[in-house]
Amino acid sequence: MSYSEYTTGEAVTDTKAPEGPIAERWDRRRFEAKLVNPANRRKHTVIVVGTGLAGGAAGATLGEQGYHVVQFCYQDSPRRAHSIAAQGGINAAKNYRNDGDSIHRLFYDTVKGGDFRARESNVHRLAQVSVEIIDQCVAQGVPFAREYGGLLDTRSFGGVQVSRTFYARGQTGQQLLLGAYQALSRQVAAGNVELHPRTEMLDLIVVDGKARGIVARDLITGRVETYFADAVVLASGGYGNVFYLSTNAKNSNATAAWRAHRRGAYFANPCFTQIHPTCIPRSGDHQSKLTLMSESLRNDGRIWVPKAKGDDRPPAQIPEDERDYYLERIYPSFGNLVPRDIASRAAKNVCDEGHGVGPGGQGVYLDFADAIKRMGRKAVEAKYGNLFDMYARITAENPYEVPMRIYPAIHYTMGGLWVDYDLQTSIPGLFAVGEANFSDHGANRLGASALMQGLADGYFVLPSTINDYLARNPHHDEVDATHPEAAAVVTETRERLERLLAVDGDRTPDSFHKEIGELMWEYCGMARTEEGLRKALDRIPQIREEFWRRIKVPGTGEEFNQSLEKANRVVDYLELAELMCLDALHRSESCGGHFREESQTPDGEAARKDDEFAYAAAWEFTGTGTAPVLHKEDLVFEYVHPTQRSYA
Amino acid sequence: MALATRTDRRPSITRTFWGSTVGKKTVMAATGLVMIAYLAVHALGNAKIYFGAGDFNDYGHWLRVMGAPVLHREWGLWIARVVLSASVILHGVSAYQLSRRDIKARSTQYVHKRPRASYATRTMRWGGIILGLFIVWHILDLTTGTVHPGFQEGHPYQNVVDTFSTWYGNVIYIVAMLALGMHIRHGFWSAAQTLGVGNATRDRVLKTVANVLALLLTATFISVPVGVMTGVVS
Amino acid sequence: MKLTLRVWRQKNADAPGAMATYEVDGISQDMSFLEMLDTLNEKLIVEGDEPVAFDHDCREGICGACSLVINGDPHGPERTTTCQLHMRTFEDGDTIDIEPWRATAFPVIRDLVVDRSAFDRIIQSGGYVSAPTGSAPEAHATPVPKADADYAFEHAECIGCGACVAACPNGSAMLFTSAKINHLNVLPQGAPERESRVLDMVATMDEEGFGGCTLTGECATACPKGIPLPSIAAMNKEWLRAARRAGRR
Repeated sequence: MSYSEYTTGEAVTDTKAPEGPIAERWDRRRFEAKLVNPANRRKHTVIVVGTGLAGGAAGATLGEQGYHVVQFCYQDSPRRAHSIAAQGGINAAKNYRNDGDSIHRLFYDTVKGGDFRARESNVHRLAQVSVEIIDQCVAQGVPFAREYGGLLDTRSFGGVQVSRTFYARGQTGQQLLLGAYQALSRQVAAGNVELHPRTEMLDLIVVDGKARGIVARDLITGRVETYFADAVVLASGGYGNVFYLSTNAKNSNATAAWRAHRRGAYFANPCFTQIHPTCIPRSGDHQSKLTLMSESLRNDGRIWVPKAKGDDRPPAQIPEDERDYYLERIYPSFGNLVPRDIASRAAKNVCDEGHGVGPGGQGVYLDFADAIKRMGRKAVEAKYGNLFDMYARITAENPYEVPMRIYPAIHYTMGGLWVDYDLQTSIPGLFAVGEANFSDHGANRLGASALMQGLADGYFVLPSTINDYLARNPHHDEVDATHPEAAAVVTETRERLERLLAVDGDRTPDSFHKEIGELMWEYCGMARTEEGLRKALDRIPQIREEFWRRIKVPGTGEEFNQSLEKANRVVDYLELAELMCLDALHRSESCGGHFREESQTPDGEAARKDDEFAYAAAWEFTGTGTAPVLHKEDLVFEYVHPTQRSYA
Repeated sequence: MALATRTDRRPSITRTFWGSTVGKKTVMAATGLVMIAYLAVHALGNAKIYFGAGDFNDYGHWLRVMGAPVLHREWGLWIARVVLSASVILHGVSAYQLSRRDIKARSTQYVHKRPRASYATRTMRWGGIILGLFIVWHILDLTTGTVHPGFQEGHPYQNVVDTFSTWYGNVIYIVAMLALGMHIRHGFWSAAQTLGVGNATRDRVLKTVANVLALLLTATFISVPVGVMTGVVS
Repeated sequence: MKLTLRVWRQKNADAPGAMATYEVDGISQDMSFLEMLDTLNEKLIVEGDEPVAFDHDCREGICGACSLVINGDPHGPERTTTCQLHMRTFEDGDTIDIEPWRATAFPVIRDLVVDRSAFDRIIQSGGYVSAPTGSAPEAHATPVPKADADYAFEHAECIGCGACVAACPNGSAMLFTSAKINHLNVLPQGAPERESRVLDMVATMDEEGFGGCTLTGECATACPKGIPLPSIAAMNKEWLRAARRAGRR
């Protein structure tokens, strides 16, 4: 049976979201949750994998509550998690501007922005908690931007009509992460959190149907060890690096989430990936990652390409009437400010038609000449100076004189491990927070909402729900490395690593990563077709087969070995990619970041099919290369009624 | 939940200072400033040599009776000597201990050398050693006369002229004074940073003061041997 | 471009290390320094050698993982992180020396990778505000003068890469430690722990085996985020204030 002949299993009916008016659900859930006596919390161990916004916040908060937290990160310090790279800001429904914002409006915007593919209860809770996040971060000493009166400054972001985005210059993610890192450090000093940096989770240990621990490799000594707990929290981030080139950190990976999926956790909506329109284009085959520039550039920059195909004159020599300001032409009312997915797709289309500029024709101009004429160079510098500097550093071009070149890039993954209202996956005792889960953004994430979700999950949601699980599941049986389930997982992990080392072929881990990445970008990137996805689904098993025949990993497993780390991550990409393509194939509608060319409106916009696809697709693993089982979770919209987006 | 923090027990203030790199630097800064103040007075005294042997010898005599009648003969001098010796010793011991620590903290050097990295540090360390040795020689030469052939107790003018009539006397003295200038130039500014006086807006002023101070003191001190050599002082 | 690289190779913390020489060809001016090393590593793996180990992650200048001393300069000749240094800074035919951060408190793990966990322990000893989750007052309850907020931010920008320690001839962590202390101590939220923070963090810095400060200024020159040298003087001031107050109690 081929991989694409998946079967549909039982629908997911119980998401644990309480009944009642949406604004009261979170309170009700917290009240109904069982609590753990403070004196007993020390006896409960919780493993947290990852130290980004979600993981760092969760570890700090659980430690504070008195649980024994054992926390892991592959980086040399928790402070380096990739949340640090977020630039823009964090949304919160504080309504400090008195501009009509409210919890309900943030909820509404997020559900609508997610193209009606998110769970209402979760999104409403996110909007509620957003308010507390800002208080918490300020109390920690996060240096948000302030006005002269000493109060917090906000800005509007991502085309939203209210000014609800709090920021710390262009480094909001860094400042929020350092806040969480410092809170976590305090718990480490207090002995409540046991920290394992440079340690990578390689598998999950499930005993009697419950998550009871992980297998992790010490990246310095290479030792593969087991760690046990009463519950495991995955805060391991998204899987954008399947595409090789993305704005993710080089070592961000999907292994923890994918291994959990292999052990029984459902993976939901894997095809929902977000592509950011304003990244610096690749400069050649050597490109190892892409760098994003804040979307705010589109407020004043004009996007264009030469009208003539393959026109390689310098931009200054292309006269005005030979330029195509295609966004302004196609979307006269929104112009250059159309949402991320639309801007990205339009750029891809003009480049595919041969109008692209720069190396490989993979770029469009973002021109500030008019803005400089209108506002003066000084004003442009004040507004965008740091972004222009960053661009100049990377490209060695002066964007004040030559138009910037931009191209879309993979940036965030809305899909992830399926979780219920409590953020618990389909494996009892296994929780997923932040980008690692699928819960709040539907098919498209709004700007400045990733930081909000990560911190909401970590500081407020998980710490209020995990206690219910811990209180209801007291583990009296001690599980240790001698337990047959644990021993089996360890053996499997060791064998996989040994096999990677033993092949001794002729291709590097990166070469395979690039190959799968290019394939995914081509067929499961900005625009997807049935034909392309089927092609990819044919090709992936072949690459996988070739991988296990030709991979070359030098060195041994008992040492610091970055090639081995990389190769082991590629193993998982080669399976995850297949599920992403299948998910994209099965969802024959267009919605948010998922655009199926077969499903367009007459004017070329994404056409959602609510009667067929108003569900979250939660996939169950059945084996490498064998068809998974689809579990549908129907999405019910009681408060925000689905409408078709239009930007023409 | 109450957290155990390390703030529960604090060592004594002396231990806090002597046990910390920042504290020890404070000791160096404070003693350094005492010595600079002393040198300023010393330089003024030296300048008296231009007014002839009588004036200069009178000044030498006054040093022994200063503070009279409250202080007994030489008490003032001894107080100054004790304070200065303590400063020199504290300054030197701190410097020695901190330097050992610093060298240990960077036990492996870079293969690709960058000379500028350690310029200030090297100047301070070698300059300090030169100055330490110079102080010993200077005392044996002009205070006790131990290494001064033909030393005449109570005739400082003659002794000074004697010393600077030898080539080695001049070389030792001028080299030491140049080292002193460099030492003060970085040391004064550095002391300001250590004592927390420095900030971005004051930086220029502090650097200028350090430079002027270094230049004035060095020039005044060096002018004496130059004066003897050129015959202005004889 | 064709380049000669002399790279520090060291199998593990206990093994002796030495510089090894490699030739790389076909380097584009647009490559980042790390992409140039990627090119070298791809070649080494295919040829059956072990690739050069180096720390890197975000490759956009913010995570602080990359840590190479290039021709004697931490992060190379420009004021930026190694990942944001581009090969156009170099000339065809150049010989480039690449070494790990050198400091006793940062032992080498392998090749160009060092252990910077001492920085984490400095933060753990006081580089935080004790604000348990959920206990926070309304964010606007305490206005912070813009100048103070900006001052805090300027110091909070530190990415903890350790270039300051690598550049310092004394292997001193004063700039790193002062950045965090100045960030938190200037804010009203950080005031209650102002004294214990500076005393404890400086004490940990000393315990970890970092050297003292001789104010050479090398740290501030090397800092990719521009943490200014007066940051150290400001910390000294905080320390003296705290030490005096501790003495009074």
